[in-house]
Amino acid sequence: MSHSDDATPGHAPTARGYVMGYLAALVLTLIPFGAVYYDLMSQGAILLVIAITAVLQLGVHLRFFLHLDMSQEQRWNTISVLFSVFTMFVMVGGTLWLFYSLYARHMMIGY
Amino acid sequence: MASSPSYDLNRVRAAARADTEVNFGFWAYLMSDVVLFSMLFLAYVNLSQRFAGGPTPADIFSLHGVFLETMALLASSLTFGLAMVSLHQGRKNHIIGWLLATAVLGIYFLWHEVSEFVHIIHEGASFTRSGFLSAYFGLVGTHGAHVFFGLIWIATMIAQLAVKGLTPPVASRLARLSLFWHFLDLVWICVFSTVYLPGILAGGSS
Repeated sequence: MSHSDDATPGHAPTARGYVMGYLAALVLTLIPFGAVYYDLMSQGAILLVIAITAVLQLGVHLRFFLHLDMSQEQRWNTISVLFSVFTMFVMVGGTLWLFYSLYARHMMIGY
Repeated sequence: MASSPSYDLNRVRAAARADTEVNFGFWAYLMSDVVLFSMLFLAYVNLSQRFAGGPTPADIFSLHGVFLETMALLASSLTFGLAMVSLHQGRKNHIIGWLLATAVLGIYFLWHEVSEFVHIIHEGASFTRSGFLSAYFGLVGTHGAHVFFGLIWIATMIAQLAVKGLTPPVASRLARLSLFWHFLDLVWICVFSTVYLPGILAGGSS
């Protein structure tokens, strides 16, 4: 994986990139907080807004702050993130499925 | 030249690359932290309605407080990013300045979180009160502990920059600290989106 010799500088991060990432993250934070504070929509719609803006903001952070992409420098980091996300979905999704199925069979939902 | 302030900036930049072995190794640790936090989020989601007659999220969470914590941590991601920009420009004093700004924002975040915990516990709602509170303190406390160790690490790196200067090993450590710090902000997005906002929402309008 280490293709760089000691003198390869790598991509220089720029202040412009961080400020753009910060502003995008700021907007994606203000939207869900505003939705909860002003209570403009139904609860289900607000939960959807929270979920969508959270996923988008995770993407913004990964791109602008952690600099993940498929470039030579970042490729293995990106691949390991994709693997971790897959593992996470299997464990979290599988366990939630199992538990809710268990609750449903024991009719414990909402006790 | 050993103690001279001049150094090879290209070697400093190369040490901060993401595909050096040590930096990829640290990334692998962060991925294991992803698994750890996944499990804590899972426990929270499963236990979030188990109040055992105790307080509900809407009783103990403050939207105002969470908003300030979120703003502080997000701003600290920006200031740490600017420290890394200064690293690539070889400006040691700028790095120290941005690290100090990051530390101040991190301390503000942690101070806010600890006073929130103290306030909740004083209301008789400690982690032994209900499943919801166990999962809440477990998840948010683990994140807070990471921030605490991140702050110690920032202080260490400020000291190393001051004493050793911007050497390739110091630049390499700063690159790992930057991954750690941005990762904590990433986890916090999941915390306010899973714990605080849905909890406050379920309690009716703020």
